[in-house]
Amino acid sequence: MSLLEAGNLTVRTADGRELLRDLSFRLARGDRLGLIGESGAGKSLTVLAIVGLLPAGMTASGRVLLDGEPILGAPEWVLNTVRGRRVAVVFQDPLAALDPLMRVGAQVAEPLRRHRGLRGAAARRAALEALTEVRLGDPERIARSYPHEISGGQRQRVAMAMALACEPSFLIADEPTAALDGTVQAEMLALLERLVAARGMGLLFVGHDLAVVARVSRRILVLERGRAVEEGEVGDVLRAPSHPHTRDLVSAARRLHGALERMLP
Amino acid sequence: MRSRALVAGCVLLGGVVAIAMVSALWTPYDPADTSGGRLEPPGPEHWLGTDRLGRDLLTQLMIGARVALSIGAGAVALGGALGLLAGIAAGFAVRWLDDMMAVVLDLLIAFPTLLLAMLVIAARRGSLLSAVTAIGLAMTAVVARPARQQVKRVLAQDYVTAARTSGTSWPGIVAGHVLPNIWPALAVNLALQLGRAVLAEAGLSYLGLGPPPPNASWGHMLREAQATVLVAPGDIVAPGLLLVLLVIGVNLLADGVREVADPLLRGRW
Ligand SMILES: Nc1ncnc2c1ncn2[C@@H]1O[C@H](COP(=O)(O)OP(=O)(O)O)[C@@H](O)[C@H]1O
Ligand SMILES: [Mg+2]
Repeated sequence: MSLLEAGNLTVRTADGRELLRDLSFRLARGDRLGLIGESGAGKSLTVLAIVGLLPAGMTASGRVLLDGEPILGAPEWVLNTVRGRRVAVVFQDPLAALDPLMRVGAQVAEPLRRHRGLRGAAARRAALEALTEVRLGDPERIARSYPHEISGGQRQRVAMAMALACEPSFLIADEPTAALDGTVQAEMLALLERLVAARGMGLLFVGHDLAVVARVSRRILVLERGRAVEEGEVGDVLRAPSHPHTRDLVSAARRLHGALERMLP
Repeated sequence: MRSRALVAGCVLLGGVVAIAMVSALWTPYDPADTSGGRLEPPGPEHWLGTDRLGRDLLTQLMIGARVALSIGAGAVALGGALGLLAGIAAGFAVRWLDDMMAVVLDLLIAFPTLLLAMLVIAARRGSLLSAVTAIGLAMTAVVARPARQQVKRVLAQDYVTAARTSGTSWPGIVAGHVLPNIWPALAVNLALQLGRAVLAEAGLSYLGLGPPPPNASWGHMLREAQATVLVAPGDIVAPGLLLVLLVIGVNLLADGVREVADPLLRGRW
């Protein structure tokens, strides 16, 4: 059975414009699906619709099933046991996604307190463990810091630690490396791949950069202006893109790559 | 980092608080004691002299500190709590209700504090409690309007969405993220409001709408001193000076809180 299933997922604004139209996909346990599209294609809205956190005024219709259980339109108290516990999200901008006035350790401990009932020393220990697991050196110092006191790469690792602390079965990463520079980005991706593989989590990886999405995903889904235009195994899509938009994406990525290759001796 | 404004504010406010606390245990005379001569100048018996009924002015000044502070603190507690609740409610309310609350708050703010307070007191008669109620209610809108904006600002932040995606309920968001993040601005505002409340109390008492005796009030003392200014011109100095020092102290405190309450400022500048 698929872990996550979206069927005819449609998102409308208050005045009836369709921002997302008839999106359908399945994601099995341990599978990795890449969602790619240009900026504004509706990738983040897809993520927010899945976790039931669309901006005020927007409505979603269709189906979203988690382990066969419908979560689209489920009551808030049900969603609050799903979010963070079974489905966790890592966002693009880790500085914005962390509360500036809360120490990092307390933020990582928050989902642990809520979902696993940990308090005091136990919560602190679990938070430190989570920080260690994302390969943060000196987790004690990081835990005591405020978000503005650590680097961008460290912040994204913290966000990842928060997301993974409660051992969700399904991780959504919405452009988690877009705000990071090159080498840090590569480290983050390696870490993400390792953790997802080690835990057998399902992964929905959102991105606009084909090279990045192709690297971590097994299958990709191409989104253009709110519609899915192509879906398939990464290798197949890269070798033989069938939709013009996908062809554009692939050739653009190849051109970039080719330019780099030509620079080399 | 230490804030000089905070230290200076604490010293001034602390001085008045000390006077107020002493007055609760001891005053040179009973406030109702009219045994002194009328309008005596300062002397060994009555350090600040007496009023036209022969009551000791130092005693009144000390009790006045207590009345000013308790009405100020009570009004800030009441206005702060109501204003914060209204601000949070508006911050969460559906669009039309929020718009309506915004208009009501603007109207209330445009209404002069003293006039509003006089209406409340006219309806309830003067007492310590009605002064607190009057000034506190008048303060509510002044606290609520910026609180509403702050709540909205915080709710629009990504870290609220992030907290929601990790399963935090709305009460959890308010307690864990909204309150801590609006607190620096709120604390500064409340400190400023304490100064305004003290002035409002003095104003009400000056108009004769303050709490009745044996409560003394600096505003009332200023009114008396004005009536007898030709005979005892010095009587205006002590209550006026303490009132000014207290208000300056509270404003310095507000500046200090602004510098200290925000770790973003603390860490960087
Ligand atoms: N809060 C909002 N109100 C109105 N429109 C929005 C809002 N958020 C996103 N949109 C619109 O929805 C579309 C998809 O946005 P989004 O999912 O954020 O794109 P992306 O693929 O870059 O993540 C965009 O055209 C954007 O203008
Ligand atoms: Mg996006």
